[in-house]
Amino acid sequence: MTFVNAVVQGIFLGAFYAVLACGLSIMFGVMRIINLAHGDIAVLGAYIAYVIVQGTGMSPFVAFVVALPVMIVLGYILQLTVLERSLKAGILTPLLATFGLSIVIQNLLLLRFSPDVRSLGGNAGAVTTSSWQITNGLSVSALGIVILVVALLVFGALQLFLSRTRAGWRMRATAEDADAAELVGIDSRGVYARATALAVAIAALGGLFLAIRSVFDPLSGPTQLIFAFEAVVIGGMGSLWGTLLGGLALGVAQTLGAHINPEYSALSGHLLFLAVLVVRYGGFRVSLRTAR
Amino acid sequence: MTLLRAEDLDCRYGLLQAVRGVSFEVTQGETVALIGANGAGKTTLLRAIAGAHKPHSGRVVFDSADVTSLPAHRRVSLGIALVPEGRRLFPSLTVEENLRVASSGQGRWNVPSVLEVFPLLQPRRHMAAGNLSGGEQQAVAIGRALMSNPRLLLLDEVSLGLAPIVVDAVYRSLAGIISEGTTVLLVEQDLARALQVAGRVICMLEGRIVLEGEAASLDRDQVVSAYFGLKRPA
Repeated sequence: MTFVNAVVQGIFLGAFYAVLACGLSIMFGVMRIINLAHGDIAVLGAYIAYVIVQGTGMSPFVAFVVALPVMIVLGYILQLTVLERSLKAGILTPLLATFGLSIVIQNLLLLRFSPDVRSLGGNAGAVTTSSWQITNGLSVSALGIVILVVALLVFGALQLFLSRTRAGWRMRATAEDADAAELVGIDSRGVYARATALAVAIAALGGLFLAIRSVFDPLSGPTQLIFAFEAVVIGGMGSLWGTLLGGLALGVAQTLGAHINPEYSALSGHLLFLAVLVVRYGGFRVSLRTAR
Repeated sequence: MTLLRAEDLDCRYGLLQAVRGVSFEVTQGETVALIGANGAGKTTLLRAIAGAHKPHSGRVVFDSADVTSLPAHRRVSLGIALVPEGRRLFPSLTVEENLRVASSGQGRWNVPSVLEVFPLLQPRRHMAAGNLSGGEQQAVAIGRALMSNPRLLLLDEVSLGLAPIVVDAVYRSLAGIISEGTTVLLVEQDLARALQVAGRVICMLEGRIVLEGEAASLDRDQVVSAYFGLKRPA
């Protein structure tokens, strides 16, 4: 039964990773940008929610809704000021630009909030502490279910958006061939900016979950980035449903590893990641796809 | 009435000068063929008119408005549509999504009317564009350009890589589109076909216009020598 429990907890953990990875996957899928500041953007979102909670005493979930427009505007600005310019300069430049952005965000957060560890768990009410004992050795936490349901809603809504709406087709068309998209009347700059805004908003959702389910500090971003990146790669770069499955697989691998020995948690996730790399890309000579 | 005017256009790729001081006009309702050998600058010229290539100097004037600095998607809404070389469809989108993503909303062309002109697409409507044959893809590419209800349709080598019988079908559909009054500027390698479909022919050589005239008034030898640069203009 404890094995089943480990898998169930892994799915809850994996749903959290999937939310974190979602924005990373969008930005890679649409613009071929690997956003190294993604984890720090998530943490920034957590801090914005934290400030609102501290200032008003509202629930972190409400605070997130208030923070959402801020994050969307930040995403737009990020795309139009930094990423758009760096994209023109080749495939390496966005990587360097977002790496720099990561350092900037971390240090601004350190400056403003000190290195103290914080959490929103205490402000989120009963959802963080409630759980149901299904059988002996298998319990389901309310927060786990909330995160899983939200993750499914986010991925489901994105799927509907991309497959059913004109704006979604425009995003897919731009992702496949930005030059040709311009020639059929699609404003590719606008699509890119919307994609980044969407990615940043979902990253902030990941940050909110991080803040509620555990603790965060100004330097929490890179760890979140690694897990998110592993989820994206395990699921197949640029595939949305793959990212959800990749997140779940990573979560289950980590809890199963921890089930064997608590020290193996992160390690077993990394091992799954490496195994997927070796299997999918044929041996150890990993060649990443080059940009068009 | 002049619909399109290129003024002293100069296009470069780094140090390579692909188009050198090209000026010409296209009148409303006209069909003009742009011919010339590989590397003559035809594709670059079309891309500069559509806004996909930023010219080094010169102007593109469409419907008496200077559009030189407008991005490609803004020129589409003004009425310029390019069917790019190599078709450039969105392979994972279905045929219908490829068409509808380019729709301008109002006008003669919509999904049903495009499918009417290209009936071969009807059964392929919900298939991913990447899984179509070359001829079907070309039909989608032309249909997609029509969806924006263009006043000027730019066609870049629509017969490239297609079987002759498919090319005939594509040109039959084009003849229908042209007869409805759409202004067309097309690049074509097949000289006979270009002379047959176009009212006027512009021949380019090494980035310059070397011959220009009514298709009916040009004799074949004249065109061939301009095409290959046998008798260079002084």
